[in-house]
Amino acid sequence: MEIAAKTQLEGINSKALAKGRRKEGRLFFNLALPSLIIIMIVVFIPVFWLSSLSFFDRAGDLSWVNYDRIFQGQLYIKTFIVTLKISFIVLFFCILLGYPLSYWLSQLPDRIAGILMVFVLLPFWTSVLVRTYAWLVILQRNGIINDTLISIGWIDEPLQLAHNLTGTVIGMVHILLPFFILPLFASMRGIDNNFVRAAISLGSSPREAFWRIFFIMSLPGFFAGTVLVFVLALGTYVTPALLGGGKIQMLAQRIDSTIMLYSNWGAASALGVVLLILAFATIWIFNRAFGIDKLFMR
Amino acid sequence: MSKADKDNQKSLPISIESLSKSYGDVYALDDVSLDIKAGEFITLLGPSGSGKTTLLMTLAGFVSPDQGSIYFGQQEMTMRPPHMRGLGMVFQNYALFPFMSVAENVGYPLRVRSMSKADQKKKIDASLEMVQLGGYGERRIHQLSGGQMQRVALARAMVFEPKIILMDEPLSALDKKLREHMQIELKALHQKLEATIVYVTHDQREALTMSDRIAVINNGRLIQVDAPKALYDQPKDLFVADFIGESVLLQLENSTNSLMLRGKPLKMTNPMPNGVDPYCLVIRPELLVRSNSKDDTVNDLSGIVSASVYQGESVLVMVDLGNDTKISVRLPAHKSHSSNNIPEVGKQINLGLHAEDVIIVAGKV
Repeated sequence: MEIAAKTQLEGINSKALAKGRRKEGRLFFNLALPSLIIIMIVVFIPVFWLSSLSFFDRAGDLSWVNYDRIFQGQLYIKTFIVTLKISFIVLFFCILLGYPLSYWLSQLPDRIAGILMVFVLLPFWTSVLVRTYAWLVILQRNGIINDTLISIGWIDEPLQLAHNLTGTVIGMVHILLPFFILPLFASMRGIDNNFVRAAISLGSSPREAFWRIFFIMSLPGFFAGTVLVFVLALGTYVTPALLGGGKIQMLAQRIDSTIMLYSNWGAASALGVVLLILAFATIWIFNRAFGIDKLFMR
Repeated sequence: MSKADKDNQKSLPISIESLSKSYGDVYALDDVSLDIKAGEFITLLGPSGSGKTTLLMTLAGFVSPDQGSIYFGQQEMTMRPPHMRGLGMVFQNYALFPFMSVAENVGYPLRVRSMSKADQKKKIDASLEMVQLGGYGERRIHQLSGGQMQRVALARAMVFEPKIILMDEPLSALDKKLREHMQIELKALHQKLEATIVYVTHDQREALTMSDRIAVINNGRLIQVDAPKALYDQPKDLFVADFIGESVLLQLENSTNSLMLRGKPLKMTNPMPNGVDPYCLVIRPELLVRSNSKDDTVNDLSGIVSASVYQGESVLVMVDLGNDTKISVRLPAHKSHSSNNIPEVGKQINLGLHAEDVIIVAGKV
């Protein structure tokens, strides 16, 4: 019987039914086909083509010269360190601001949480460029913040808030925060209230129940948000370029100047490849650190 | 009572006094007072939205009442935070922590109480043995069936030997057969544990099967608190009469000194109430009998068969009494019985209700 079940069953209508199932499978594949083709054309082919440029020198011969320059030039090493440093600082503040906010939102009634989520998403309706310039207006030497603080007498000299690391971090946290909140909020919404109640009824204080149960169950969303923010931060261009005042050079800016100033496509491509590897490595490391796969389900 | 005695007790009585809780204009609890004896299995029974779960959550401390007091034994609990009430609790969807193994789940309350590892293991094993899941400790939660999850939730709620266990519709997610099996098992477990159990359900059969006493709740008010048989045989008002059992209520007419059923005086063994208050006759399908005789002790409820439904162990026959009144009768399905030849739809069926089976309740339908 078992053997018969594994091989093709021959019975009433079996061939026609099998054909029907194959047809259904083909239909789904055909529906997905247009987007598969577009992804191939606009994502995979350009990425591979651009990446391949990094393995040729300016004369068009195969060589490691582009990678040698990255790992020997002090300038490039410094760019990597700055990029990683800023990404970690931004991630830190996104967690600090985003986790409590998501938690609060997740505990509210559906309707109110829905309205408040609109405010979280509102910045998405405005372009990054406009928002970054807005921060410049707010943070500059005679901007709103400095004027206010001086007028109420808290400070005598204007604070240096823009054109440096501080400004860059403020701008980037503002832009990336929703990317942290969205997946975290979704995962917190999915945690049944009864889990925490069960822990409390079994003798845990509310604080202990939060850390031992709720926090651990929110980790998948926490992980998704962390990866999103960190990977997006690694590749940020506009915000450090405008709010960094030329003092902050992140990887994406370095890629830009390599092409625009020196029109060295090979070198720029090598930087891009390293950025891509950095992003993948981040996901892998975070996954190991949080142990998400063993935390949930199968 | 000395302190040592108190600690050795396996259960505590619960005393609830004029507990009220409102959400806006709606009373979830309306002046509820209830005394639960130590070691009792009491069921809070009511339709959804009746306030039974609110009452349970107030006992647990997750809902703060607007007024009233709660005592466990001699100690007032009204203000005490939920994690310090020492209750075992079983939730509707089990609320087992999905990232812990079965043993870790059951051991959670012991870890919180910083018990030694060796003692923990002993207790966890004993507790799992008690719910017939010995050797399941290393399993993950998602590897368990619904019934097994239910048992783990029970084991976790009783492993630290709480004197009171609260259960919020714990069997509602199981299929009928398993549910009925678990009812018997829970009842046996209660006898072993000797803890006070407060059980919430909307399933009247479940309540009748398991409880020492049933507290019927509707619109936030306690309607009747009684043993299952008393509740079934002597419902206090129309709501209880209608809610418990598959009852049909039939309005009785008042005459000078007796109640009239279909134009004839109602025959009943219990004393007839005096006065002119309206009364209803509670007709339960299993209490009606087929009879041709015009016996003195039998009330005539004959009518026309309008439908009959075969239900395996019995046949449910819908009978039209005329005047838009329909009752139903449950007849046993065994072939030897005369009830096997049920009249066809549209034919007359002779039915009677014995005087000792008459249940009347004050009120108008």
